[in-house]
Amino acid sequence: MQLFGLSKKDTLFLLIVIFLTLATPILLQPFAEGSGLAQFNAGYPDLMQRFAIYGIFAIGFNILFGLTGYLSFGHAAFLGVGSYSAVWMFKLLTMNIIPGIILAVIVSGLFALLIGWISLRRSGIYFSILTLAFAQMSYNLAYSVLTPLTNGETGLQIRLSDPRILDGASAAGSLPTTNLFGLAMNDSVKMEFFGRLFTFNVGYYFSAVMAIIVFYIALRIFRSPFGLMLRAVKTNQTRLNYTGVNTRPYTLAAFVISGMYAGLAGGLLAAMDPLAGAERMQWTASGEVVLMTILGGAGTMMGPVLGAGFIKYFENIFSKINDNVLHNWFGPLPDGLENFLVDLVHPFVGKGWHLTLGMLFVLVVMFLPGGLVEGGQRIAALFRRKRKPDGSGPKHQPKQAPHVAE
Amino acid sequence: MSKLILTRRGLLKTGAVAGAGLAMPTVFASGAAAYTNEPKGGTVTLGFNVPQSGPYADEGADELRAYKLAVEHLNGEGDGGMLNTFSSKALKGNGILGKKVTYVTGDTQTKSDAARASAKSMIEKDGAVMITGGSSSGVAIAVQGLCQDAGVIFMAGLTHSNDTTGKDKKANGFRHFFNAYMSAAALAPVLANAYGKDRKFYMLTADYTWGWTQAASMKAFLEGAGWTMVKDVRTPLATTDFSSYIAPVMNSGADVLILNHYGGNMVNSLTNAVNFGLRDKMVNGKQFEIVVPLYSRLMAKGAGENVKGILGSTNWHWSLQDEGTKAFVKSFGTKYGFPPSQAAHTVYCQTLLYADACERAGTFNPCGVAEALEGFEFDGLGNGKTLYRADDHQCFKDVLVVRGKEKPTSEFDLLEVVEKTPVEKVRYEPDNPFFKGGSLGKCNPGA
Amino acid sequence: MDAIILQILNGLDKGSAYALIALGLTLIFGTLGVVNFAHGAIFMLGAFTAVTLDRLLNMSFVTIDPTRTNFLGQPLEVKTPYIVSWFGDSIGNGIIDWAVPLSILFSIPIMLFIGYAMERGIIKHFYHRPHADQILVTFGLAIVLQEIIKAFFGANPIPTPAPAAFRGSFDFGVWLGFPANAIIYPYWRMIYFLFSAIVISGVFAFLRFTTFGMVVRAGMADRETVGLLGIDIDKRFTIMFGIAAAVAGLAGVMYAPINSPNYHMGMDFLVLSFVVVVVGGMGSLPGAVLAGFLLGVLESFASMNEIKSILPGIDQIIIYLIAIIILLTRPRGLMGRKGVMED
Repeated sequence: MQLFGLSKKDTLFLLIVIFLTLATPILLQPFAEGSGLAQFNAGYPDLMQRFAIYGIFAIGFNILFGLTGYLSFGHAAFLGVGSYSAVWMFKLLTMNIIPGIILAVIVSGLFALLIGWISLRRSGIYFSILTLAFAQMSYNLAYSVLTPLTNGETGLQIRLSDPRILDGASAAGSLPTTNLFGLAMNDSVKMEFFGRLFTFNVGYYFSAVMAIIVFYIALRIFRSPFGLMLRAVKTNQTRLNYTGVNTRPYTLAAFVISGMYAGLAGGLLAAMDPLAGAERMQWTASGEVVLMTILGGAGTMMGPVLGAGFIKYFENIFSKINDNVLHNWFGPLPDGLENFLVDLVHPFVGKGWHLTLGMLFVLVVMFLPGGLVEGGQRIAALFRRKRKPDGSGPKHQPKQAPHVAE
Repeated sequence: MSKLILTRRGLLKTGAVAGAGLAMPTVFASGAAAYTNEPKGGTVTLGFNVPQSGPYADEGADELRAYKLAVEHLNGEGDGGMLNTFSSKALKGNGILGKKVTYVTGDTQTKSDAARASAKSMIEKDGAVMITGGSSSGVAIAVQGLCQDAGVIFMAGLTHSNDTTGKDKKANGFRHFFNAYMSAAALAPVLANAYGKDRKFYMLTADYTWGWTQAASMKAFLEGAGWTMVKDVRTPLATTDFSSYIAPVMNSGADVLILNHYGGNMVNSLTNAVNFGLRDKMVNGKQFEIVVPLYSRLMAKGAGENVKGILGSTNWHWSLQDEGTKAFVKSFGTKYGFPPSQAAHTVYCQTLLYADACERAGTFNPCGVAEALEGFEFDGLGNGKTLYRADDHQCFKDVLVVRGKEKPTSEFDLLEVVEKTPVEKVRYEPDNPFFKGGSLGKCNPGA
Repeated sequence: MDAIILQILNGLDKGSAYALIALGLTLIFGTLGVVNFAHGAIFMLGAFTAVTLDRLLNMSFVTIDPTRTNFLGQPLEVKTPYIVSWFGDSIGNGIIDWAVPLSILFSIPIMLFIGYAMERGIIKHFYHRPHADQILVTFGLAIVLQEIIKAFFGANPIPTPAPAAFRGSFDFGVWLGFPANAIIYPYWRMIYFLFSAIVISGVFAFLRFTTFGMVVRAGMADRETVGLLGIDIDKRFTIMFGIAAAVAGLAGVMYAPINSPNYHMGMDFLVLSFVVVVVGGMGSLPGAVLAGFLLGVLESFASMNEIKSILPGIDQIIIYLIAIIILLTRPRGLMGRKGVMED
């Protein structure tokens, strides 16, 4: 089975990814509605969209960082620029998301070309600080003097009075929704079976299809001669230079491609929810994608996606567990024990979700040096070792691990 | 090329067919609901979306305390608080429309993106029929827009920018808190009275939307009162050390410094200004004065001694002596051991007002609730007679001018009420230049 | 003219803060090669030693004053600090008033220990790991430290004033022949400036003139060779980490009266301190100090209205703009050493 110019292993890997992505609305809804654990369900449109979109962002970041080793600390700037361009398209042209997303990718690509062209004159930490400086300048200006363009603190939003020259007049008094040729992004089909409510959302599937496409492209880049060249840059750039290879065009291409990935993610964020805020460009946002990639496993295909999912899950699910929820969980227990358990868990959930995330960072990097992907590999290896004696062998295991390891 | 065009047409067709195909089950799935998240069982879910991390986490925590108290009172637990003093008697202490009130909470992180994500999860996952909260205008406006699109009611928490009920107003959004214009209108006469008519003022303004509206309002009213402006200097939001902005003030010929800062910015700029010894100086033969237009008791605590004697405005203060305030302070203080902040007060009122509107409308439908709130006049919630104006969904009530207390008796006793500016003095027309542009649009019930 | 002198003063003061914060970071990051995202959190912990001491000195017993009532109408609880009751009003309150300078004494051993514990517990496993892993572990550590402080002290800033003797400001203008109030500067900021000058020269002298410092400098240049000479360089690096934490902590203690400390103040300084260190040049202590002062002075000038009216928003970006210009014209920052963190 060889498809799309991929090797057999990669084809299988891609098919697994496609299956997982398309089945996300079901997989993320494992707990019955109304049960105490339903709190941990993540299968609602907004979070699923975020998984896909931040997955794209992290995959793109990994093309630069994972392959070349250049650590950009300003990638959020491209995400922000993408969002702003997309929202401007929604304001001026049409609520159809295609032009907005195309413009987002183009503008962020150009912006990346400019910043990359300047920053790639330096390497190592000097490069990181240059990208950080550009991104912080963009953020600070977007928040203040560029307010006519960005609407500053409040964020750029669509308004009733926007021209939207390609769209006809919308229903009086109500804002139009973002759509794909009439198919609204916030449309959902809800189905209930086995006591679980599954939401199949148009916006999620659009983001998911985009994510699969760019995942495929990234896979091709990783396996291509171009990808090999980028790895060579990471291993020993000086030697490459001495052999007469000019590495700048390669690293710049990688920088622009990953900037365009970020722009696509920004455009998609705006397409799912037409608002673009300056905080998207702040250094903490750039830092977040760095953390996502490293947490998942830099240089691997699945790692950054896993890391993105992990951080977004904590941000959206753990932050919502309040004392009320805790009392519900432990309610059946005797009062003293209930209160004890609530007090014990309390600092780590709700407003304490940052604490749990921080401890997780430390633990993962201490015990899983290759990131979450390594954790997956270890579990897989454990199964393999157990299976061997009873003769079934490793053949039946999905061959995920060998591809993702670098 | 022709193939491409064909594909595009094909796509259009498929799009339309798929749209119709997908739309049907949607209608089917939600066909029974007349509006977004219509409560079906014996409970109704409210979404409390407050900052739980970041610089405003303490204000968020205080808001959450008040929300919990409001839910208790609505469900008939506790001493009933302001339900007993509220002029409308529609609420009976049996939940809202007979349904028990439950709630979900989320963390806005004081970022528009995170706030919207959190609000969306409440709407999409938890079935919240109303979202409330927030501790900054950027977040409030962002979430208000989201609620308009999703078809739920938004009851704004602490948001002071003119834009929330000005150019960014929305049919599904309501604000009980006062705004920058009202602060300036209330403060200017008091300042002119206290410090004399011929003062020269210098402003430091946080360089973003709220700061600008605050500065513009202050300038308009102070110049109206006969003062002259020396300079209005913008300071970046990320500034932590204001020394380079404050140092030139002394030499500018100004004799009053106005700090259009909020939160952490306000604590730092005020501390820096006092450390520079500005308040010990005489300029133009007058005592140099500092003014902080928007006070928050929680934040004032961060500035410590430095707030003593400094004038500002606030939406509400626990030391007021009306029946509503006393009832609220009593039930809050008994439960938590300290008096509530203005943020806690405004969100408590908002929750009660929402519940009351549902009762009077007989439905949770946002359009019905909005209609019940529009033009609603009430009393007994601590601010005296109050009107929810239909034109822009802004509450009109008296504004408090406060001063940092010289001899506080406890750590909560930081401000004293200097004057209660009556509502007539701060009222404005909906087409006032500070608020024009934008329109409410139509209420959106979603679904 | 007086406006320019004023901004130079401001710039020197800001610069001394930047230099002091960057100095601790450059010891860890520029020389030990650990990308330490927890540096801001250490600075914050320093400020909170002052807060904690202030709290400890204010430990009170409660008496009921039946003549007055609290906000609920119950008898007022009056708190009296133990110290005041032990030493009497004036001495007791005097000690409390001096909490910040006193906490300098306490913070040095505390911060040394925190630095030591961090290095032995976590960082030492990361000297040979990729920088990416160092970022993740130190960032995680920073979040944990912040959240612990938030759990104990809340999120709001906590006022921590300087002793009464140092409040108020000094009129430089009169001294230089300008009219009164033309150039005034707070006493505490001048003390901060002097203090950082002392700490910076102390660290320099230590590295320059002691055997210990010599070995550490040799270890920074070539760790392997020093190790081959039979010197236990790891132990010395641990001590250096402790010293770096103490320097950052002292910067935090002294900063507490300037801006009320809050739990996330470290994050505000983190990016800035990295920019200062890198602009100064990796591996160079004088570079970091120079960059700190340079950025401080330029930032102060950028905040002047005369300049802002020509270039609107310049004060928003000046630090980053200068960083870009310097890094593009000088490949390794102001005084960077070749080969440190360039790949």
